[in-house]
Amino acid sequence: MLREEELKTFVEGTTNYFEVAAQQPATIGSPYLMEGAPAVHDYTGMITISGKREGVVYFTAPRAMLTVLLMKMQENDFSHETMRDLVGEVANTISGNARRDFGRDFVISVPSVLAGEKPDIPRKPGQRSFIIPINWRSHSAKLIVSLT
Amino acid sequence: MAAQRNGAGSRRSLKLLIVDDSNIMRRRIERSQQFEDLEVVGTAGNGIEALEMFNKTDPDMVTMDLTMPQMDGIECISKLVQLKPAVRILVISALADKATAVEAMERGANGFLNKPFTDRQLNEAIAELMS
Repeated sequence: MLREEELKTFVEGTTNYFEVAAQQPATIGSPYLMEGAPAVHDYTGMITISGKREGVVYFTAPRAMLTVLLMKMQENDFSHETMRDLVGEVANTISGNARRDFGRDFVISVPSVLAGEKPDIPRKPGQRSFIIPINWRSHSAKLIVSLT
Repeated sequence: MAAQRNGAGSRRSLKLLIVDDSNIMRRRIERSQQFEDLEVVGTAGNGIEALEMFNKTDPDMVTMDLTMPQMDGIECISKLVQLKPAVRILVISALADKATAVEAMERGANGFLNKPFTDRQLNEAIAELMS
């Protein structure tokens, strides 16, 4: 289960991502706990965590938000493949940055991506996911962190 | 070392290879680097592709992601340094722990830039690598 100070690592990582990569800060809503599979947006980037912690980190966002994010990054390819690439890269960056606090035994996988599908979060009995709401410009996305 | 001179005294561009499993990141690095004397000679999406491209293009500098499929960046750095000890390698990675940065440098990397980064941070890191 994620502790409060560990949750802060992901909140700060998310804030930093939008501030630096998109040059426009995001507003982070109050994180909450959820059992069961959370609702996802059009695209979901997933990182599997192994090592001293196990679980998954998801970044899920609507296509409209990703389009604006790509524009802010001076990207001019808005194809399905680029959307997939972007959600994977955001999930990878936030998870990789978490090693600053978790250390190198917090092992992250290469990203895998879902488009329009609900993620199947592997979970031990009683394990719950933290949902971190992300509001950026007029769009909403989520970071979902489920760790043992 | 913004550029090298050949025997006739004319300047030659430094050759850069960009390695990252994200197309977006590869394009971003290529688009954002602002050095006239730096020529992007190739890109690769994993360590194996990087080795192939390295042998084809003989770059002077490499930007290297770490978390990649098939062959990760740490292993690839070792292999590139064996092939060409003088190659300059800038790691550009989301992995933000000190131990990873130290290992990359021990394997032969010359600089480390954390993702996400601004254009300015990228260009400062490249400039340092070229100096």
